[in-house]
Amino acid sequence: MDVLLTEEQKMLKDLCRQIAREKIKPVAAEYDEKEEFPWPIVKILADSDIMGVYIPEQYGGMGGGTFELAIATEELSWGCGGIALAFAATGLGTFPILLFGNEEQKKKYLTKIAKGTIAAFCITEAEAGSDAGSIKTTAVKDGNHYVLNGTKQWITNGGEADIYTVIAMTDKTKGARGATAFIVEKGTKGLDFGKKEKKLGIRGSATREVVFTDCKVPKENVLAREGMGFIAAMKTFDYSRPGVAAQALGIAQRALDEAVSYSHERKQFGQSISSFQGIQFMMADMAIQVEAARALVYQAARIIDAGAKDISKISAMAKTFASDVAMKVTTDAVQILGGYGYMREYPVEKLMRDAKITQIYEGTNQIQRTIIAASLIKELKKK
Amino acid sequence: MDIVVCIKQVPNTTQVKINPETNTLMREGVECVINPFDTYAIEEGIRLREKMGGKVTVLTMGPPQAEEALREAIALGCDDAVLLTDRKFAGSDTWATSYVLSRAIKKIGKFDIVICGKQASDGDTAQVGPGISTHLDIPQVTYVKKVESIDKNNARVERMTEEGFEIIDTPLPCVFTVVKEINEPRLPSLKGKMRAKKAEIAKWNAENLNCDFDKIGLDGSPTRVVKIFTPPPRQGGVMLTGDVSDIVDKLVSELKNEF
Repeated sequence: MDVLLTEEQKMLKDLCRQIAREKIKPVAAEYDEKEEFPWPIVKILADSDIMGVYIPEQYGGMGGGTFELAIATEELSWGCGGIALAFAATGLGTFPILLFGNEEQKKKYLTKIAKGTIAAFCITEAEAGSDAGSIKTTAVKDGNHYVLNGTKQWITNGGEADIYTVIAMTDKTKGARGATAFIVEKGTKGLDFGKKEKKLGIRGSATREVVFTDCKVPKENVLAREGMGFIAAMKTFDYSRPGVAAQALGIAQRALDEAVSYSHERKQFGQSISSFQGIQFMMADMAIQVEAARALVYQAARIIDAGAKDISKISAMAKTFASDVAMKVTTDAVQILGGYGYMREYPVEKLMRDAKITQIYEGTNQIQRTIIAASLIKELKKK
Repeated sequence: MDIVVCIKQVPNTTQVKINPETNTLMREGVECVINPFDTYAIEEGIRLREKMGGKVTVLTMGPPQAEEALREAIALGCDDAVLLTDRKFAGSDTWATSYVLSRAIKKIGKFDIVICGKQASDGDTAQVGPGISTHLDIPQVTYVKKVESIDKNNARVERMTEEGFEIIDTPLPCVFTVVKEINEPRLPSLKGKMRAKKAEIAKWNAENLNCDFDKIGLDGSPTRVVKIFTPPPRQGGVMLTGDVSDIVDKLVSELKNEF
C-alpha cells in the first residue's frame, strides 16, 4: 500500500515504523506488566513532531488529517496498542477543539498539544456508556463560570493529560440537547482523579476516573455553545473512529507478522510448521483480512479528509471491521504459536488482550452496526 | 559555536566486499547507512549547538549516492551539508581522505569544533579524525566520552582509555573523535525529514577545494593495500590414537611426509 502514499505520508509512516520498532516494541511488555504511563515514549513522539501530526500548521502541527492520524496510529500500535493510545486518545480529546473550538481556544490548546501535551476526552459515566444521552455530570452557570459536578469513568489518559474535553449537562430537561462541551485544564480546583483501572489489555495506557467537585470552569472554555455537547461528541467520534480502527489494524498486522515469522522457525515432524497447509490457510486468511481492513480504514480516512458531509457510516464501518479483524487475527496468531502463544514470554497473548478493547470502546461494535443500519435506512428514504 | 561533523556512508553489513584488483571497498549495490559511530558525532554536534547556539555543518567525502547520508543528518537536525565528490578522490586512503576533509573545513572557514566518530565500521582504521587534526594543525582528542564543559575558547572533555578515562583540557578549535558512550542518538523529526528532502546539498570537487592533486585519490595515497583477505578458518586437526610409542612413530612419519 505504501506506493499509494504521498512522499510526506511515506515519511510519516517510515518514521512511526522506526519509532515502533526501535523505541516502543522493546519496552511494550514492560509497560504492560507494570501498567505505567509511557512518558519517555510521549517525549520521543513529541520531539519527532508526531504528536502534532493532525494539527493545522498555524497551531504548530504538521497539517495532516484523519489519514495521517490513522497511519501514525497504525504504525505505533504495531509496536504496542496500549502505548500508542497516549497519542491516539490525545487525538480523541483534541477533536472537539479542532472541530468546535474558536480561534482563541485553538491557539491556546492546539499549540500545546502539538508540542506534546496530552489530552483526554471525558464522556463515559457509570450509567452513560453507549447511551451517551443519559449523562449525569452537571454544569451550572454561575456568572462568568460554569460549576461542574459529577464523575467520568474509564477515561483514557485520565490523570496524565493536561487538557480534558468534558461533556456535561447544562439543561437536563432537554435530554441530549442539554449537553455542553467544556475544556478543563488539569490543576483547576475541583478536578480530581479517582480509581486507576486494572484492565485486560492496553495496560500501557492510563484509564482512570475523572472527578468534578464544584469545579469552576471559565465560560470561555465552552466549546461551540451551550447545548452543542452531544453533537460535538458524536462528531468527535465520527472523526476519531478511524483512529481506533487504525489501532486495531496495527495490532492485527503485528499478530500476522509474529505468526508468519514463528511458523517459519518452529519445526515439528522435521519441518517448519509453515510448510503445513493447515497453518498456511490460516495465515493466508489472516493476511486477507488485515489487507481488507487496511483498505477500509484508509478509505474511510480519505473520505473524511476529502470533506464528505455524512461520515458516520463509513467511519463506523472501518471501526467495526478492523476491530473484528484484530480480534480474529490475534486469536489465530495465539493458535499458530500454540502453547508459546499462550505464554507471556511471547508477544501474541498481549496482542489478543489489546485487540479486545477495540471492539468495545468509542462505541461498541453493536452500536456501530446500529449507526450503519440507521444510515442505510436514511439513505433509502432519500431515494 | 560553529561545528563541523564529518561522517562516512558505509555498507549496512559486516560483509564488506573488496575489489580484488584495487583492494578497495566495493560499495555499489549494497544498502548504505551512516557509519554507526558517526551517529554519535552528529548527536553531539546537535547537542552542543542546542546548548551554545551556532550551527552544525555535516561533511562527507564519497560517491554521489553519499548525499543520502547527508540528508539523513539534516533530518536529525544538522543545519548544512556538503558532499565532497570527485572521481579524482576515488581510492583515497585515510591520509588523502583527511586531507580532502581538511580542505573542505578550511573552505568553510569558521569553525570551533570538528567531530568525527571514533572509526568507521567498514575500514576500522580510526585514522581520519586524527588525520584532519594534523592537516589543520589543531589539537585532537580521540575517544571522547563526555564533553564536561565548553566555552568559546576552551573545552574540558573525558577521554576513554583502556584502563578508565582521562580528563583533558584543550583550546578550541579542536578535533574530537567520539565513542558510543557519549550520548544516545535521537530519531529524526518529521519536520527534519521534510527539510532534508528539500535541502540543497552543496557539492564540492577537487578544484573547488583547491586540492593539491598529488595528495588525493589512489595516487596521492601513501598507503598501499597489498592484500586484504579473510584468514581461512582453522581446519580440524587429526587425532592420533593408540599406544604412546605408536603415536610418536605416526607423528614423526606424518611430519616427515609433510615437510
